[in-house]
Amino acid sequence: MKLVALTCSFCGYAATDLAGLQGMKYSSDVTIIRLPCTGRLDVKHVLQAVRMGADGVLVVGCLEGNCNYQYGNLEARKRVEQAKGIMKEIGLEPERVEMVNLASNQPWRFVQAVEDMYVKVERMGPSPLNKVRR
Amino acid sequence: MIIAEQKPIPRIVEMLEGHKSMLVVGCRSCVAICLAGGEKEVSILSEALRIESDLKGNGWQVDEVTLERACEKEWVGEMREKVSGHDAIISLACGVGAQVMQELYPDVRVLPGLDTSNMGAPEEQGIYLEKCGGCGDCVLHLTGGICPIARCSKSLLNGPCGGSQNGKCEIDPDVPCGWDQIYHSLERIGRLDLMEVPIPPKDWRRSRSGGPRKIVRKEAVLTPEEKSARGAR
Ligand code: SF4
Ligand code: SF4
Repeated sequence: MKLVALTCSFCGYAATDLAGLQGMKYSSDVTIIRLPCTGRLDVKHVLQAVRMGADGVLVVGCLEGNCNYQYGNLEARKRVEQAKGIMKEIGLEPERVEMVNLASNQPWRFVQAVEDMYVKVERMGPSPLNKVRR
Repeated sequence: MIIAEQKPIPRIVEMLEGHKSMLVVGCRSCVAICLAGGEKEVSILSEALRIESDLKGNGWQVDEVTLERACEKEWVGEMREKVSGHDAIISLACGVGAQVMQELYPDVRVLPGLDTSNMGAPEEQGIYLEKCGGCGDCVLHLTGGICPIARCSKSLLNGPCGGSQNGKCEIDPDVPCGWDQIYHSLERIGRLDLMEVPIPPKDWRRSRSGGPRKIVRKEAVLTPEEKSARGAR
């Protein structure tokens, strides 16, 4: 399975970093990509990750109300919804894309989100794109 | 500005049947403002089509370009190199832009990626409202600056009708009655007397009923000599 986590540079990335520092275990199949803020996320980035082979995409931002740029994470949530809609239109499971909000001192929430996504994606099987490419 | 919205992706995919290589063309003017066909929307649709192609094994080549203004030949002419080699253009410009593209590239099939709706304005971020019906004979001076053609559901010139209730139109309780808005605007301007002035029937030949409309500004038109001297089309 290939998972991509698009994290903001504040809570999102700090939580992944802390998970590492604390030696917490999570799937090694996740590639973490750091954005300045989840407000930088574009629907295209999600679709691009899927096209390039991601079986699941996780967008990781600060808790709502805690965005370093005030509402980047709220914008990101709307774009994640838009991306889900487009995935559905082209016949891919929208559940392959999720957004999670956490604080920088909640590394376990990141670990949990990765594991949840992993389990979900495993149940669904590889992305239909990866199936046809095989 | 012109307000449009994107067609559902499956509809766009249907139109692409038989094509292999497509250029998605956006416009940075009106349709970018109404978030239907600017650079961002072009990149999202292109990405979605690439996934569609990979999923179905279509082998599509999907390229993208966004023009400054797709309704002017000068800008549309600038993408000539990009167009070459493609057998379809998916226009994310309004219907006008799509037609200019077809005129300039007569050998390539132009497909409309948008449904062009109306002449309107953004009410707030993400909400766009029709404002003008392009009737060709403006009466805003008589109606408090509010268009009776576009903003009254029946396009009444002498409203309101009997369906106006509490400021809302009878077609839908969420739609403001255009004539209620006209009344209150005239009230604010201190020209309620205009409510008493009957507006005569319009000459609809100046609107859609008179065939395609053409406006000629004599002082701007170039003579054949001037055209050849300036290399203009
Ligand atoms: S009266 Fe005619 S020209 Fe004036 S805003 Fe309405 S439709 Fe447009
Ligand atoms: S209720 Fe108002 S807006 Fe609706 S049709 Fe009647 S006059 Fe026009």
